[in-house]
Amino acid sequence: MADGNKFDVEIITPDRIFFKGESDFLEFTTSEGDIGIYKNHIPLTTVLAPGAVTIHNGDDSKVAAVHAGFAEILGEKVTLLAEVAEWPDEIDVKRAEEAKERAERRIQEKSDDLDLRRAEVALRKALIRMDVANK
Amino acid sequence: MASMRDIKRRKSSISSTQQITNAMKLVSTVKLQKAKARAEQTNPYFNYMYHTVCSMLSKSQNINHPYLTGKDTSKKAVVVITSNRGLAGGYNSNVVKLITESDWKKEDVDIYAVGGKGADALNHRGYHIAQNASDVMEDPTYPDAMALCEQVLKSFADGEVGEIYLAYTHFKNTVSQEPKLIKLLPVEIDEADLQEDSQNHILMNFEPNEEEALDAIIPKYVTSLFYGALVEAVASENGARMQAMDSATSNAEEMISDLTLKYNRARQGSITQELTEIIAGANAIG
Repeated sequence: MADGNKFDVEIITPDRIFFKGESDFLEFTTSEGDIGIYKNHIPLTTVLAPGAVTIHNGDDSKVAAVHAGFAEILGEKVTLLAEVAEWPDEIDVKRAEEAKERAERRIQEKSDDLDLRRAEVALRKALIRMDVANK
Repeated sequence: MASMRDIKRRKSSISSTQQITNAMKLVSTVKLQKAKARAEQTNPYFNYMYHTVCSMLSKSQNINHPYLTGKDTSKKAVVVITSNRGLAGGYNSNVVKLITESDWKKEDVDIYAVGGKGADALNHRGYHIAQNASDVMEDPTYPDAMALCEQVLKSFADGEVGEIYLAYTHFKNTVSQEPKLIKLLPVEIDEADLQEDSQNHILMNFEPNEEEALDAIIPKYVTSLFYGALVEAVASENGARMQAMDSATSNAEEMISDLTLKYNRARQGSITQELTEIIAGANAIG
């Protein structure tokens, strides 16, 4: 059990346990907006939106990109179930840039609705990847 | 009695078959190790997913959501996970039997096949194959499961099917695999799990509200089940093949030792015969 103002954080993806450790302040993006968590947060289940997760632990902080999933927040423990999660050094910046350009082109062409929505999601993911990689 | 040459030929044919089955056994042993490790890694994700869905449902039993109540049609979508290759004992036919021996009418079932063997067998028996995604089976990834899930959920949302089932082989351990047929949608969760959960998470809040969260999480739940099933199926396939090849190899061994005995007898017989002929010839001369 974490002591003081620290709580346990777990980030789980389908392929591995991505992160397991302690934090005193956790930031991430939900479908309703950005959220910051301290210890003893009210129990909450929320849907993740593509975004950066920042795990603060004392002076140390770690950033990761997370796309889609949901989070279960309990007072002493936060679990993020992410479909995709990446550390900055795992992100292929060049590929993200290409994806960004491709998505932008598609949005400008304005094909039917579904494609537009997909392109927007792709653009968002690419931007987050680039953002996290450059932090 | 078969001639010496016949026995010799048969023996060498069996021993080359044995070499093949033995090699296949070794290959599937290695593949099994990998697949098993992978199946174990997906477990935490799936367990958490199940838990969260449980706690959501225990909070939201009165919600009238299509994912929970189902649709008004007798059509069923069944995702059938088998392998692309044979020589795995009863692995594929056990999964196929789950469907052919159920009391569903053929017209009511839409098959979403993953794995060529199952698709062929069910097609042959006159089931409708709505989709065949067999190439996924070589190396299932999470995006594969997502694509599959999207298609099945779309036909559910469009009202084409009212229920979604999943048939796959559960990987118990290296020597034991169990074919399973589970109902994915409408979601059914064990009452005992629900009860236990409602005691644990009395104060859980949802953001956005339960209904929207359900909308977002149930597809992920289904996807995680698909992915878990795919990964387990790969492990089961290799486990089943390893066992099948192991018994084939030991059967070949048995046959070879039997043939060796026969061959030696035949050889001894021919020597005795030759000797008798020589002695008889010598006697005739002398």
